[in-house]
Amino acid sequence: MSEEIILRVSGASKSFGGIKAVNNVSFELAKGEIVGVIGPNGSGKTTLVNLITGFVKKDSGKVFFKNKDITKLPPHKIADLGIVRTFQVMRPYHSLPAYKNLIVPLYSPRVKRTSGGKLGDRNAVAIDILEEIGFERDAYVPYKLASSLPLGYLKRLELARCLALKPEIIMCDEVFSGLSMSEIVTAIPIMERLQMDGITLIMIEHRLRELFRLANRVIVMNFGEKIADGIPKEVMENKKVKEAYLGTEVI
Amino acid sequence: MESKARRKERLDRGIKVRTEGIYAISSLRELTYLLLPRLTLILGLLIVPLVLPSMYWQRVVCMMCIFALLALAFDFLAHYVGIVCLGGALFIGLGGYISGVLHSSFGLSPALTIPIGTFGGALISTLLLLPCLPIRGIYFAIVSLMYPLMLSRIIEALGLFGGTDGLAGLTTFPNIWVDQYLIIVVVLIALFALRRLTNEDFGLVLRGIKDNDQAVRASGMNITLYKAQALFIASAIGCFGGAYLTHLYGWVGLSLFGLDFSILPIAACALGGIGTLTGPILGAFILTPLSEMLRAFGPLRIVFYCLILVGFIVFKPEGLMNYFQRKYHQFERWIEV
Repeated sequence: MSEEIILRVSGASKSFGGIKAVNNVSFELAKGEIVGVIGPNGSGKTTLVNLITGFVKKDSGKVFFKNKDITKLPPHKIADLGIVRTFQVMRPYHSLPAYKNLIVPLYSPRVKRTSGGKLGDRNAVAIDILEEIGFERDAYVPYKLASSLPLGYLKRLELARCLALKPEIIMCDEVFSGLSMSEIVTAIPIMERLQMDGITLIMIEHRLRELFRLANRVIVMNFGEKIADGIPKEVMENKKVKEAYLGTEVI
Repeated sequence: MESKARRKERLDRGIKVRTEGIYAISSLRELTYLLLPRLTLILGLLIVPLVLPSMYWQRVVCMMCIFALLALAFDFLAHYVGIVCLGGALFIGLGGYISGVLHSSFGLSPALTIPIGTFGGALISTLLLLPCLPIRGIYFAIVSLMYPLMLSRIIEALGLFGGTDGLAGLTTFPNIWVDQYLIIVVVLIALFALRRLTNEDFGLVLRGIKDNDQAVRASGMNITLYKAQALFIASAIGCFGGAYLTHLYGWVGLSLFGLDFSILPIAACALGGIGTLTGPILGAFILTPLSEMLRAFGPLRIVFYCLILVGFIVFKPEGLMNYFQRKYHQFERWIEV
């Protein structure tokens, strides 16, 4: 794996009222890595993604993408650079069929620029992307109205919306949660393929077993602070991590 | 007595599935199925001026069409972009005053003042409303309602453009037929253009903003830019109504900023069926003549008017057009459960 640093977060902090949702978090991402972000509920994982992607303004700290300061950019400029995210609460464009949901990212300036105006028919491209991610074209799933799709497909639609942008970094906010075991089994190869394509992945996840199959590295958060960072096995042996998940031992 | 639980089942007519889906339209019957509603609307609108009994009613047609344009703009913004805009009076006032002032001060002909009024007015209203675009829902509506009040007070206080008297004696259209057909054709063009637009990729982005603006931003698109473009399109439609009104009566005055132009289009949308684009036009075509006919009741006119509206909103909240469309495309039957 190349050691090229693609994203660097230094000292990111955000308070909501008196609560420090994210407190002085720093980490680096190498190109092509899959990094898991885990932690108990309310430990600031989603807020961290919101800070990096600009959806929430940082109180302090800086974010660098390929050594370029992107701290102050608005969300659409950050997405335009290739740092895209899924949303934990999926809200597809309900009134549109699944494949039309991808027209919006395919219409974006980033895709226009990267494809050099030679994208072709957007509808066809959209259906290709969906088929790749498991929407059975033969069963007309891509043509179904987004509001009628079951959860598993919606999660994948979120991911497809990111893929349509030809991103460099994808931040997946709990793409596995709520999925059945068989759905996850189909989703894992998709993630592995993305990594092989050179896409860097940050995965917020509660399903640790599945995450550890994928992740090269895990960052553990608790009460807004980063408490551990390393390969999955080592991290789970860490005392602080055990405490965060299981509570302090009473003697 | 034994009562059985029943529910209504609705099924798409086979012909609808074929004409709308991925099948080719193969027969004349299916072609007719698609074209009939459109042709009825187009021909109906074109015939209306010919069958009307008097000059008075022909003028009512002109007003109907102005309200139809405003209702169309409201429906487009509310249902396809997610902006609730009560700026009807702003559009009419700006379009009207721009073309009126250009005509009286610089002597430009209506062939120039109407386009300038339309697009200049649209540009100004977009710029005025631009700072409020990031705020959502009812707050944007309030701001868009305030601007016409503000502008009319400025004109009144400073005595600009004839002050409270307005500007009279402007050139009118050559005859009553030009009056009617000009605006009818514009209504039809606006309707079909908007329908096309909402299914184009640009329109899909706008609908995406309505459904989930955060996801559109996460796709690397500047939503304020797209909202502003949509607002420009809608206000151009409204401003044309104002510029046309100026030359219809040869007069520009403060009543162009009247509240009617903001409120009646919403009523027309509620009556006609929001989100259908055709419905609001239908609504305007019902409400405007209705309001004229109720003049016989004198002061009670508004009471009857409101009762009819309330009745419709309570008993047919989906609106006429949604109801018609359902009847046309689906059949219903009762089944026991």
